[in-house]
Amino acid sequence: MTASGELSIGGNSDIVLVRQRVRAAAVEVGLSLVDQTKIVTAASELARNALVYAGGGRVRIEIVRNGVKMGLRLAFDDDGPGIPDVDQALTDGWTTGNGLGLGLSGSRRLVDDFDLRSAPGEGTRVTVTKWAR
Amino acid sequence: MDRVPVLKLGDILIVSIQVDLQDQGVLALQEDLADAVVATGARGVIIDITAVEIVDSFIGRMLATIASISRMLDAETIVVGMRPAVAITLVELGLSLGGVRTALNLEKGVALLNHLGGAQIATTAR
Repeated sequence: MTASGELSIGGNSDIVLVRQRVRAAAVEVGLSLVDQTKIVTAASELARNALVYAGGGRVRIEIVRNGVKMGLRLAFDDDGPGIPDVDQALTDGWTTGNGLGLGLSGSRRLVDDFDLRSAPGEGTRVTVTKWAR
Repeated sequence: MDRVPVLKLGDILIVSIQVDLQDQGVLALQEDLADAVVATGARGVIIDITAVEIVDSFIGRMLATIASISRMLDAETIVVGMRPAVAITLVELGLSLGGVRTALNLEKGVALLNHLGGAQIATTAR
């Protein structure tokens, strides 16, 4: 289980690094090529969100097990301003930045489990899991 | 920073993205291509993403922006070589890349540009 670990997200080059590490972990878990692509894409969106909206953060990459099923869990944490209205933030096309507003809502569609915790002034934690089929 | 080379073949500019590009690299490509379209008077731009393992919303938006910029500069853009897993993921992400023409591979992309008119490369004249 070498692919597990924590990475800090402090600059653009870290987004590339997150993609590479998540890809390696997804291969290790045995995700299909399409599922690898989905979780790496979600990781790219969430890492960029942490960078753009919170000035940086970190991600914990973890291989998890549920009975006989293996999964890949990514927990993105930041100490940014937090999200006042989580429902609104999860709406397609909603953005306070200059992106497309697909980062959060799109990432949710790409994974099996999605959990978003945030409050103003308390940062944001997004946890996503993709299970091997 | 990685910079993607822009190749010229007849009236067509070809870029093939071979590395996992950082966001600045993506933005630099946008500017390099706009400059190259004007400098060469190219009528078509082909972006080969055969080697690209993921297209997230940032890269997707860049592809759409390049297509819009080129069109304004009188050139058509064709994205070629998208992997099936990338296509599936893009649609699920919610990015349909409307306005971006695609072809399965470089050869079909060149044929499409020739069909659209304007662009001609020497190798197509037999």
